[in-house]
Amino acid sequence: MSSPTSVRTDDPPAVVLTGITKRFPGVVANSDVHLTVRRGEVHALCGENGAGKSTLMKILYGMQAPDEGTIEVNGEQVRFRTPSDAIKAGIGMVHQHFMLADNLTVQENVVLGAEALHGIGQKARKRIIELSGKTGLNVDPGVLVEQLGVADRQRVEILKVLYRGAKVIILDEPTAVLVPQEVNELFDTVRGMQEQGYTFLFISHKLDEVRAIADSVTVIRRGTTVGSADPKTVSSRQLAEMMVGSELPSPETRESTVTDTVVLDVKGLKLLTPDGSRPILDDVDLVVRSGEVVGVAGVEGNGQTELVETIMGMRKAGSGTITLQDKDLTKLGTLARREAGIGYIPEDRHRHGLLLTQPLWYNRILGYQTRKPTAKGVWLDIDGAKQDTERIVTDFDVRTPGIDVPAAALSGGNQQKLVVGRELSGEPVLLIASHPTRGVDVGAQALIWDEIKRARAAGLAVLLISADLDELIGLSDTIKVMLRGRLVADADPNTVTPEDLGSAMTGAGSTSAAVQETAVVEEGEN
Amino acid sequence: MGHLRGKLLPPALAIVFSMLLCGVALVISGANPLNAFGAMVSQVGKGTTLVDIINSTGIYYIAALAVAIGFQMNLFNIGVEGQYRVAAVIAAVVGGSIALPPGIHTLVIIIAAALAGAAWAAIPAILKVTRGVNEVISTIMMNGLAIGLSAYLIRRDVFGELRGNNIRTAEIPESGWMPGISFGGGGTMFGFIFVAIALGVGYWIMMNRTRFGFELRASGESSTAASAGGVNAKKMVLVSMLLSGAIAGLISLPELLGRDHTFSLNFTAGIGFSGIAIALLGRNHPGGIAFGALLWAFLDKSGLALDNVGVPREIVTIMQGSIVLSVVVAYEVVRRVELAAEQRRVGRELGTVGGAA
Repeated sequence: MSSPTSVRTDDPPAVVLTGITKRFPGVVANSDVHLTVRRGEVHALCGENGAGKSTLMKILYGMQAPDEGTIEVNGEQVRFRTPSDAIKAGIGMVHQHFMLADNLTVQENVVLGAEALHGIGQKARKRIIELSGKTGLNVDPGVLVEQLGVADRQRVEILKVLYRGAKVIILDEPTAVLVPQEVNELFDTVRGMQEQGYTFLFISHKLDEVRAIADSVTVIRRGTTVGSADPKTVSSRQLAEMMVGSELPSPETRESTVTDTVVLDVKGLKLLTPDGSRPILDDVDLVVRSGEVVGVAGVEGNGQTELVETIMGMRKAGSGTITLQDKDLTKLGTLARREAGIGYIPEDRHRHGLLLTQPLWYNRILGYQTRKPTAKGVWLDIDGAKQDTERIVTDFDVRTPGIDVPAAALSGGNQQKLVVGRELSGEPVLLIASHPTRGVDVGAQALIWDEIKRARAAGLAVLLISADLDELIGLSDTIKVMLRGRLVADADPNTVTPEDLGSAMTGAGSTSAAVQETAVVEEGEN
Repeated sequence: MGHLRGKLLPPALAIVFSMLLCGVALVISGANPLNAFGAMVSQVGKGTTLVDIINSTGIYYIAALAVAIGFQMNLFNIGVEGQYRVAAVIAAVVGGSIALPPGIHTLVIIIAAALAGAAWAAIPAILKVTRGVNEVISTIMMNGLAIGLSAYLIRRDVFGELRGNNIRTAEIPESGWMPGISFGGGGTMFGFIFVAIALGVGYWIMMNRTRFGFELRASGESSTAASAGGVNAKKMVLVSMLLSGAIAGLISLPELLGRDHTFSLNFTAGIGFSGIAIALLGRNHPGGIAFGALLWAFLDKSGLALDNVGVPREIVTIMQGSIVLSVVVAYEVVRRVELAAEQRRVGRELGTVGGAA
């Protein structure tokens, strides 16, 4: 497992955070956080989505200043005003979302912003090659980043912080973008670097991974540290209870409510890139029945977003047909499709779901501007919209002082509950849910799962896209695997494991009887 | 309360700031700013100044409404200038060449002006929707074309005639005029002012009570959320641009129907550009625009008094410019402060430790 030999206990700790408190408008993201990271260890910081892990790391990395509390690095108290202060103190951060320029080479990406260290020429190249070995990156520094896979891009991110002299490396949810096989490779890299004296702060909410890699664990809940544990002795169950503070919510649905009634029927759907050079969606066939949740699994960027937006009419399909309850939607616009009975929870509620500066009741109208109870003919029904917003606020437990506050004033979970409530109103026959619980707190997550289950039991057809494989397996009646714009395999959510799904998602071929390949994937250009 | 403060504070700050700036400029150039401002205020009571200000306010108001419709969905219709110029010529030509009973004649002229303005705006709108041409560029170019077109249309071998040493279109017969309200020596207020007020009310209703207004505001706030909500972006661009152009077409009508009755070389230019500034100042709100238009008209008309106290009139232009610049900054600053305050308030009312999401 881990290598405790490299953890030195006699030296001053690499990082000590004492009494850190950070308030944001509307929430206290961190309150009185204590964290001690010894030199040379892999220290995991666990907590649910929204528990305040990322804020804490942004404070440690100098992106935000704490309102209260102190930071010590190697026994000396420090104050970081900007990330470059943190970098000077030897702290580097690898963000959850990569910050790389695809059209630049590995070397250019690494050197960008750190030109003063070793210039931009041969010296820099030498240093990069030297450090590449440590991260397990086996590509020439002259290769363009766009040609690299996800795992290698992550190594480039690590390389960037090493190049700047980091000794303590923060990995913010590094496995979120990786499939299980790539996770193992990442862990090998981390262990190798740990032996060379690097310290890691590993942020995750995935308990198995934490137990596999960490030397010690600190759990954070609702913005504050609730305790530490030894990953070798603590059970996943105990850790989970520390994180949640109560019984765990489960996405699992009990009995099947699937009927024979086909609600959504997609046939031969094709979508080309804007320049027409290659397909983003390639001959997609998909059927969703009343009372059925069809989950689509896939590594991000394999066409799931485009599939949803094409079904919603936000992108124009090259060919193929989309039918909803015997009604041909293929030529209709987004509004007509919504009127036909599609509810849509977009993957990015800020970009696609809400008018942030407008009050909640105004947001209720969006997508329903032609229907009761928010409109009468060409006129808006403002009273109707307000009343129905009150209903959503009550039924979906949206925590807000009123319906006149702008949507931006709510926390992410409450915004999402508002969106879910809106999209389930007007008796839709099909719900398209893209990452419905992404970035929301546990309470909101449980509520959203419950509402989806309830609507499914009432006969709603649901198309679920999610990167959270547990959510996908728990909620779905059928799982389709999407790879390079095609639905390549079916999986049975009753028997499939996240690992099996992970294999299928990368196109590594299935090793499990629970995954049935339905299409041959051409290897090649990618 | 807080809402109102957020709306009124920025323009007040901007006006105070620009008065200070102009005061400093006046002191540097050796004049007494108090004298200058005093002369401007006392000018309002003299001669026809007050009625001139009201008339000018109405014209600016229509121009700013036209611009504001585009602004609501982040369309920058700089072409209001050209749209009203083309509409003025065409309305004058149509009005001067037909004979109809009073009332109907006026109505036909109004419709002709609106259609001409919309048609001139349709070209950049169609270019944007079909070819993605930026409306800022295309409307600026259309402004240039409008000057050429209007000059061509009033040539003596086209629709123009020579009167004294001025070239103009045929005079609109009296049946096409719109009567005003006379104050004797105080001047005559244009009857079209009431149309301007009606336009403002209609604009408010459209923006706040209709589906079209909702879709327009949603598109302006977030084009991505609007499209996910079923708003057809291309349709909105086309319709709002045509509507903006149609209203722009009415800008010259107060003068055309109430005073000039012809399009001549003395045509009042530049109102379209003032409309942009006023729409910014009024935050696209019908009430705010009315205030902005009044301020603009006041500065324009009472600025004439500055010559009497030996201060260059151009100080008014400096003031107008600095008001627009500082109001844009002030709105943004106040908006951010208010949003943060609102988020804090929501947090307080819910109990802050509720959720750290």
